[in-house]
Amino acid sequence: MNLTQPVHSKTPSAIRESPLVKWILISIALSFAAIFLLLPLVNVFVQAFARGWTPYWNAVTARDTGSAIRLTLFVALISVPLNVLFGLAASWAITKFDFRGKAVLLTFIDLPFAISPVVAGLLFVLLCGANGLFGPWLDAHHVKIIFALPGIVLATIFVTFPYVVRELIPIMQAQGTEQEEAALTLGANGWQTFWQVTVPSVKWGLLYGVILCNARAMGEFGAVEVVSGHIAGQTDTLPLRIDKLYNEFDPVAPFAVATLLALLALVTLFIKLFLEWKSRDEA
Amino acid sequence: MTRFPETAADKTRQHRTSSPLPGKRITLGFSVFYLSVIVLLPIAALVLRASHLSATELWSLATNARALAAYKLSLGASLVAALVNAAFGSLLAWVLVRYKFPGRQLLDGLVDFPFALPTAVAGLTLANLFTENGWLGKFLVPLGIRGAFTPLGVMIALTFVGLPFSVRTLQPVLENLDRGVEEAAACLGAGRLRTFVSVIIPTLFPTILTGFGLSFARALGEYGSIKFISGNLPETEIAPVLMVARLDQYDYTGAIAVAVVLMIFSFILLFTLNWVQGWAEKFQQA
Repeated sequence: MNLTQPVHSKTPSAIRESPLVKWILISIALSFAAIFLLLPLVNVFVQAFARGWTPYWNAVTARDTGSAIRLTLFVALISVPLNVLFGLAASWAITKFDFRGKAVLLTFIDLPFAISPVVAGLLFVLLCGANGLFGPWLDAHHVKIIFALPGIVLATIFVTFPYVVRELIPIMQAQGTEQEEAALTLGANGWQTFWQVTVPSVKWGLLYGVILCNARAMGEFGAVEVVSGHIAGQTDTLPLRIDKLYNEFDPVAPFAVATLLALLALVTLFIKLFLEWKSRDEA
Repeated sequence: MTRFPETAADKTRQHRTSSPLPGKRITLGFSVFYLSVIVLLPIAALVLRASHLSATELWSLATNARALAAYKLSLGASLVAALVNAAFGSLLAWVLVRYKFPGRQLLDGLVDFPFALPTAVAGLTLANLFTENGWLGKFLVPLGIRGAFTPLGVMIALTFVGLPFSVRTLQPVLENLDRGVEEAAACLGAGRLRTFVSVIIPTLFPTILTGFGLSFARALGEYGSIKFISGNLPETEIAPVLMVARLDQYDYTGAIAVAVVLMIFSFILLFTLNWVQGWAEKFQQA
């Protein structure tokens, strides 16, 4: 970072900022990111180990934390594949065919991004809760959705609904239909065309959508809190477990559990960088 | 809420007879079914429940002093957060696109961090940083700047969660910006600052506005991080927190009233954003 060194660049100097302006802007950007983005991340780990390894280990291996980890993984394992299935079906229908109401469908797909997660949770309470629309029917058939696993899964599917389809539509749109039409002309059937032509060409975008969807599914707080009922060991996901420990004024435990989710975020970012690098490589 | 550009292929497709590809009925049918069950049916449940309630009761619960204070803080704090993000997000996008420097890759990756980090963790660590003994609070609290359990803390958390929207909206547009226009401005005698203010900023404005709208919308619905940084105080209560507080007391009517107001905000924002995005695209093509 030698400020006196002339900047060698192909850009003519008339449309370049002076080195001083450039380095001031870079310094502001880096300081902002360091304080606002990096510091919070580092702080999670420092606070988690503030009293050494033992309290950390105790918090992470506590029985209720274990069941929260299992529940979080289980919820993601159901909701992510369902949204992938929808993403593939909807993007195929939207990009390969014409039909009336396409614009409306696209707007509806965006709705879960626009709706507050706590409102999303409330929607399912009003639909399936004891006083809800289907409440009496569900009760009569002994099906428990709210304050139980199905409610958490439904709320999670709702908030992560657009992630996969949103990644797939622009890619499929850019690719058009020529390749699939060629495959069909050459005698492939619909499934073969889909699996051997369409899926390979969208795979990086699909994976990208999957990891973002997964990160949100495992980290969702508001929507899940409203429908979960906060039953320790039963309906507490990892984010809810952090909240509970935080409210018990435990100085270490919430951070210890939070490191698990911070690691998830880091893994997500690394996979994302890898996918971006990979898709650029192939382009 | 990212954009779907209307491509040339899209326009030709409209003139073509139906595509020979299979699976239209099954994929479209499944999509509509899934969308209806997961999204539309629950929304219909809210509308149905709200329509059965007495309008006067709903109105009074939606507009009592506590609710109005919550909307005010929600809108105000989201506005501040979106403005901060428009400024710093544009700066980050500019630096990432235009300059080469050590750590550029790392910075680019870090920008997505608020997307990837669960909001509960964000709220937890931000609240801790700004308390009296926290790394930032240590210096700021003696100066009278309290970033935890205050309205300022709400703004900080909302800024954090919305930051990637403004950077990631602007970045691709900035990458594709035609530098010939800047050269033309320079040839006509404009200094760099003049070019920046009169040429670059106006060209990017619709895109910056889109990023502003997206981070504003994100902030308006945010709950997870606020639960931790607001400290559950009356003066830090935003609308989503009020909704949950009412629900916790089994005040369903009160919760529905707030939810309806939040939904109306969401819809207005969604349509405004669609319109702004359409404008931004036309603007880029022109």
